[in-house]
Amino acid sequence: MLRAQTLACRRGDRLVFAGLDFELGAGAAAVVRGPNGAGKSSLLRILATLLRPESGRVTWDDADIFAAEGYRARLHYVGHLAAIKPAFTVAENLAFWQRLRGQPADPAALDTFGIGPLADIPAQWLSAGQRQRLSLSRLAAIPAPLWLLDEPTTSLDDAGIAALVAAIAAHRASGGRLLLTTHLPLDLPDAETIWIGAGR
Amino acid sequence: MSGGFLAVLARDLRLAVRQGSATWLVIVFFVLTVSLFPFGVGPEPNTLARIAAGVLWVAALLAALLSLDRLFQADLEDGSLDQLALHGPGLELTVVAKVLAHWLTTGLPLLLAAPVLAVLLNMDAAGFWPLVASMALGTPSLSLIGAIGAALTVGLRRGGVLLSLLVLPLYVPVLIFGVSAIDAAVFNMATDAPLLILAALLLGALALCPWAAAAALRLALE
Repeated sequence: MLRAQTLACRRGDRLVFAGLDFELGAGAAAVVRGPNGAGKSSLLRILATLLRPESGRVTWDDADIFAAEGYRARLHYVGHLAAIKPAFTVAENLAFWQRLRGQPADPAALDTFGIGPLADIPAQWLSAGQRQRLSLSRLAAIPAPLWLLDEPTTSLDDAGIAALVAAIAAHRASGGRLLLTTHLPLDLPDAETIWIGAGR
Repeated sequence: MSGGFLAVLARDLRLAVRQGSATWLVIVFFVLTVSLFPFGVGPEPNTLARIAAGVLWVAALLAALLSLDRLFQADLEDGSLDQLALHGPGLELTVVAKVLAHWLTTGLPLLLAAPVLAVLLNMDAAGFWPLVASMALGTPSLSLIGAIGAALTVGLRRGGVLLSLLVLPLYVPVLIFGVSAIDAAVFNMATDAPLLILAALLLGALALCPWAAAAALRLALE
């Protein structure tokens, strides 16, 4: 169980949000919603332990995520930046992420998001949508029970969005949970909505 | 854990080989700077021999500085630093892996080029081995100390100049003992003391710099 209690976030002098509570059980999906600047990305960065909250705490199975051993191994964070090295091929980029997390390099996951045929192409030739597909293929390549997806539909075409929705459904069916921000209506059955900021 | 260290090291080495430019830039800068001195101070062999150790060390120090500002910047800009912080072998070990890759692709070529340039400056032959030894012990310290500056300035758009201002004063001890090891050999004195101090500086830098650089990177990620 992922649980946030009276979470507050400060960026510079500005209190971005405060008093945020939510829970996320196995198989659950939550869509974080709010106007631009409400702190959606900051919330995901807090949950990824990349940003410290101003106050409040987040726990995974009752252990604080900033102190818990192995919490980071359980999550995937896909942010606005794709973490792609243009000098490497598509397969090499994926292989590095896999090796970094102690997995053997295996390009099979590229097919989940339909970029298997591009495996040997240098990543600098990819379009924005193909870059996003490569970034998302980490989700399929490395199993992790918690996905934190910041605007995962950016630059994706209809087929890419369908592949994402299918991957999310498979992830939830196997007990995984996810939080995501999006401005597109995605087909996520029983997804909760977490409102932050004044845009309720 | 060590798998992650090797993965980062292998990735940075492969990136350096594929992009290639940084190593050549450093070497060409080193050679050009050193070869300016005979034009500036005149081609008198005794003068050049006297200043050779200092010229080589100052030029090597500036050349090492030249490539430092991109050490973490590219990874911050493309989001790789997020992934390294989350899933790497710990940010401190990630820093060590990146610094080691940086040294292998810039410090080591400097070390190999230095004896050739020493001939150009008419350096006394007794100073050659101390030159190589002092550079082998000193240039890794330059990379390690520079990593702190690179991490502190990683989010700044024109961080290169600030990086120089931060790091150059910290390079002074390495410069002093690097030059004195060579001078000691040229003047027939024992080179052990300055080389041992360089080794101590390297061990101290290895113990402290990864933590300082990692802390600065954590701030940059927030």
